Amino acid sequence: MRKTFVEKLLLYAKKYPSLMVVTGDLGYSVFEPFMQKFPEKFINAGIAEQNMMGMSAGLALSGKIVFAYSITPFATVRPLEQIRVDICYHNLPVRIIGTGAGLSYGTLGPTHHGTEDLALMRAMPNMAVCAPADKYELAKIMDASMKMKTPLYIRIGRSQEPDVHSFPPPLKIGKGLEVYSKGGDFAIISCGNMVHTALQAAAILFKEGKKGKVISMHTIKPLDSALVLSLAKKMPLFTLEEHSIIGGLGSAVAETLADAGVCPPVFERFALPDAFQKAVGKHEFLRMKNGLTPEAVAKKIIKKL
Amino acid sequence: MPYYKNYLVGRANLIKLKSPTFYMDRTSVNPLSSHAKEIRRKILKMIHASKSAHIASALSTVELLVSLYFKIMRIDPKNPSMQGRDILIFSKGHGCSALYATLVQRGYENEKILQEFSTDGGKLWGHVTSGSMKGIEATAGSLGHGLPIGLGMALANKKRNVFVLMGDGECDEGSVWEAILFAGHARASNLIAIIDFNKIQSLGNTAEVLDIEPLAEKFRAAKWAAKEVDGHSIPHICAALQKLPFEEGKPSVLIAHTTKGKGISFMENSLAWHYTPPDDKQLEGALGELS
Repeated sequence: MRKTFVEKLLLYAKKYPSLMVVTGDLGYSVFEPFMQKFPEKFINAGIAEQNMMGMSAGLALSGKIVFAYSITPFATVRPLEQIRVDICYHNLPVRIIGTGAGLSYGTLGPTHHGTEDLALMRAMPNMAVCAPADKYELAKIMDASMKMKTPLYIRIGRSQEPDVHSFPPPLKIGKGLEVYSKGGDFAIISCGNMVHTALQAAAILFKEGKKGKVISMHTIKPLDSALVLSLAKKMPLFTLEEHSIIGGLGSAVAETLADAGVCPPVFERFALPDAFQKAVGKHEFLRMKNGLTPEAVAKKIIKKL
Repeated sequence: MPYYKNYLVGRANLIKLKSPTFYMDRTSVNPLSSHAKEIRRKILKMIHASKSAHIASALSTVELLVSLYFKIMRIDPKNPSMQGRDILIFSKGHGCSALYATLVQRGYENEKILQEFSTDGGKLWGHVTSGSMKGIEATAGSLGHGLPIGLGMALANKKRNVFVLMGDGECDEGSVWEAILFAGHARASNLIAIIDFNKIQSLGNTAEVLDIEPLAEKFRAAKWAAKEVDGHSIPHICAALQKLPFEEGKPSVLIAHTTKGKGISFMENSLAWHYTPPDDKQLEGALGELS
């Protein structure tokens, strides 16, 4: 995903004179081609994320479109007030890119796990929040962002995530994508790096005779509530995300259901617990520990059905 | 002797003053000091009417704002979003009554807008908010935000000057030091920080709460050029800012030694006036001192 990210930036640098890329001293083996080709459009702010976000706001106040990049918690939690006041209050075209979604940074530990970013970014006024499932979705979201004049948070993976699509999907910000549709026994609404897991879980369920749907809800805010409600009226609904159970995709879906007074036949949110990870482990291990493998998800869904 | 008491003996004496006529308003024959008086009157009335806080923090910035808006900055009040204009970010957002009054005095808005200050249904918040009044470049209130924003604006367009007015207490914030380090590193020579060094912050004297001295030395160590000045002497402020940057290839900082509550005898150097609004009698007395 990060490779696609920098390839897109290289294209935009030629097309949009106002593009600026800012990083908090991260992006080794990602940014080099961009730094070499467009040094005047690239700022390494150093390990100083508050200044990075404030400076990004200043650039945007002066007519620039800014991509500000760091590891998820350092791009969101650390400079939260700069995001809130400098970027969101002024309603500026800054694209905050948080890499290492969820538990992607595995053994690096809880300091590097991005598990509250969706909740925090959703709560910021004027901010749109996206979590693309693969490089194709990321490319489409980045393209759309170049026409937006308001703040946007994009949560991306680390590297070499499996693709969900085999070609660029007809993606629109704010409209969920049906990536799997075999029937109406259930629907899994997922986002980001969990969409692939949702697809695998759906395949297991298919073998058990349960035919359902998988939605890539790449935009968590504004949420495609029309899609959520239409599914909820017809079938059991599940959400799946690699994010705290508090405030992310599942919360957004639950709020939509509650506000509309719609009660799906079954509703359950699969997410990380409201806790720091205790056991040390790589990404896959941590997913297993937290019940976020295709097998564990499929098993829980069958129980509920 | 505290470090800052040395400044007049040292560096400030090197500032060459121009003839008295230089310190007249660009747009009229008024001496700039008459604007300062009028701005103080407006501040007093706004804070009194709205019964709001931070009067002393506003009063210490007046001569700095007058020097910038009437002499130093390339601006056009009739065209507030003029391309290539100089920028002022009023980062110590709590002193906003001084900025609002100055913008009115400079002709950005009609005086009537000041009645909208800190009142139910009004337009002007108690901290600087962009979009509320012509001439305001950025929202500030939570401290330590202005310098990073100003740095971004300076880097985006190097053909104009970006001034950031900050408080001394504000310099406690880590984000200020992140921006100081980066601005020096990036040689952002069109960025000018102005420190309203009034020596008092929210709960006590700056020297006692969190001593930031020697401040100029800290900036210089981060590759800035620093000058110190009497922050209530318009001639000295204008002379200091007449040639920018102070040194080629470096951001500039003007450390303006000021008095909290300046201009109203009973408000000067008193922590209470960080919070208290004047009552009717105090207003009368204060306005009397300005007549």
